[in-house]
Amino acid sequence: MRRIDHAEASTKFIRARDHLDFHDKRLWDLRKKRDRESEGLAEWETLRELASAIKEHTLSHLADYLEQFERNAIANGAQVHWAKDAAEHNQIVHDILKAHGTHTLVKSKSMLTDECEMRPFLENRGIEVMETDLGERIQQLDDEPPSHIVVPAVHKLRGDVARVFAEKIGTDPKNSDVHYLAESQRQHTRPYFLKAEAGMTGANFAVAETGTIVVCTNEGNADLSVHLPNLYIASVGIEKVIPSIEHLGVFVRLLSRSALGSPITQITSHFRAPRAGTAMHIVLVDNGRSERLGMPDFWYSLKCIRCGACMNTCPVYRRSGGLSYGATYSGPIGVIIDPTFNLRKYSSLPFASTLNGSCTNVCPVKINIHEQIYKWRQIIAERHQLPFVKQEAMQVAGKVLSNPKLYRAAVEATGAGIEHLPRFMMYNRLNAWGRQREVPAAPSLTFRQWYLKNRQRKARTR
Amino acid sequence: MKVALFVPCYVDVFFPEVGIATLELLERLGVEVTYPLDQTCCGQPMGNSGCHSDAAATEALFVKNFSGFDYIVGPSGSCAHHVRENLTAIEQTAQVTRVRERTFELVEFLHDVLEVKAFPWAEFRHKVGLHNGCATLRALREAKMSEIHEPAFSKPMDLLSKVKGIQFVKPDRPDECCGFGGTFSVFEEPVSARMGYDKVNDHHRAGAEYIVSGDMSCMMHQKGCAERLGLPLKFIHIAQILNGARA
Repeated sequence: MRRIDHAEASTKFIRARDHLDFHDKRLWDLRKKRDRESEGLAEWETLRELASAIKEHTLSHLADYLEQFERNAIANGAQVHWAKDAAEHNQIVHDILKAHGTHTLVKSKSMLTDECEMRPFLENRGIEVMETDLGERIQQLDDEPPSHIVVPAVHKLRGDVARVFAEKIGTDPKNSDVHYLAESQRQHTRPYFLKAEAGMTGANFAVAETGTIVVCTNEGNADLSVHLPNLYIASVGIEKVIPSIEHLGVFVRLLSRSALGSPITQITSHFRAPRAGTAMHIVLVDNGRSERLGMPDFWYSLKCIRCGACMNTCPVYRRSGGLSYGATYSGPIGVIIDPTFNLRKYSSLPFASTLNGSCTNVCPVKINIHEQIYKWRQIIAERHQLPFVKQEAMQVAGKVLSNPKLYRAAVEATGAGIEHLPRFMMYNRLNAWGRQREVPAAPSLTFRQWYLKNRQRKARTR
Repeated sequence: MKVALFVPCYVDVFFPEVGIATLELLERLGVEVTYPLDQTCCGQPMGNSGCHSDAAATEALFVKNFSGFDYIVGPSGSCAHHVRENLTAIEQTAQVTRVRERTFELVEFLHDVLEVKAFPWAEFRHKVGLHNGCATLRALREAKMSEIHEPAFSKPMDLLSKVKGIQFVKPDRPDECCGFGGTFSVFEEPVSARMGYDKVNDHHRAGAEYIVSGDMSCMMHQKGCAERLGLPLKFIHIAQILNGARA
């Protein structure tokens, strides 16, 4: 499988100047709104502590809480399925649809179904799948994956949306008014809600105590997807379970504030039981989560509530766009999750970070994201998945920097034009430094040379 | 108090004046400073690249050079952070742990250990924008970060406020990473450069004549960006200002 080259992909993103500027500004704006909202709560840091502790506890007793959830969901009248991976998940969903003789599915946003690549699977089997979240729908029409886990089309300008809608749903290509575009999508989607035979959502939380699925949305599309058709399927990652309803408040207070800087989503739905004469199915999906839970350095990533705050604050993500990560999950959280799916394919992602640590400090469930990035780098190096030039450069650097004589010979070359400076200082890709930056001028003396000249009498001799 | 001066490799080669200012400043403050002559680097370039086995010998050399001192002080937040938090490629003997615990970034050493109350010789009549490197800000916790709710504090600002005539400007995103990131700066060059441009433009718009920082590696990158953009920004290390540099 081809290795994702994040640096190369980012070049393309950065070239589109107006897109880059908008993307950076829009997401930074979400970060600032998050700051304002969180500052409004004196107990903000306490909430983060609590959320982290609840998740840590739940993950440490995951099997118990999942079984409790299953019992209660069944008691409510739902049917519960267990999928060990994406293939099983897709098959289960297809089997359910087939058993009900359904050919149309309306769904709200779910990263899990993207992770499982469910849409193409169902479409290839004659099921019409309609994304009803505006951003996700834009991406579906443009045949692109979401670029952000909360705002899927944030990398697009309204002109891009006007182009996609004009091509695919027949809007006026010259009209890029956002209200016009949103209303057009709404009118276009509505008949599908009415005719759809099945509806689907993901889950923000699955409450073990009550057996309920909690979905937080702003558009109301999840509720239409659930309540209009006679068949409802929820796809739920097993890490989404929380013990009881009293814990939900902690997460609900954190989720939207962290994600969009709003106190709460417009709608917080608790889906508990099928209406009379309808069916409700819940598919609990592992797809690598159990394995991750067994990784001492990385199981903390399962605490994630998919708010996207780490993406909004990430200076690299804001300037390279979600699609440059070539994975379902992008930005800081993607960087630490994606290698668990395919280490080789995603081996460049942990290097798409300056290790600045902003992500870790906005994370509402206190995932040590930047420390995990650091740790992934070690694993990638140990498994010989570093690019050859970097591997070579680090070997040379390690040799030179551990040997004072070699080091001095390298840095004290006389007539030091930049071409004489040690390659390891520039990590073997000297050209890249100077492409958009001036190279520092090397003074005639190193500090050590100055010291010997001026302070030799005090120098410590060895 | 026996203090060893740690001059990171890139400061040694590209910014000897920062090493000199650090040395002179510590001496002015009455500290007995030794510069171990066999020092090279702390191992951070290899460590941050995931190459622990390549970092081991350099880390061992660091410990050998800097053992036996009360404190090890260097003008670089990310290097001090590497030593304190990430110097783990070698066996953690008592000697290694001692060196790691006693390594300080210059500002925190002045602020927390020496508790310097005044720099009577210092005067800097310019508008400056303060840049805290990310390791300094979020790992060494030298200032309040915008992400966390806590009372405002800033050790670099506390020290700089004691300098006569200095004026501070406030950029829009004072906390945002400038995009240096060690090897990131060359392996992720497009994003790195763009982050650097945004950073220097932000300070320029805020009216800064100088960007001051305790992290010379960030400044090497930012200076390269500002020069390429043709911005009239100047760069100076906090040690130079505290040591009495006038410009």
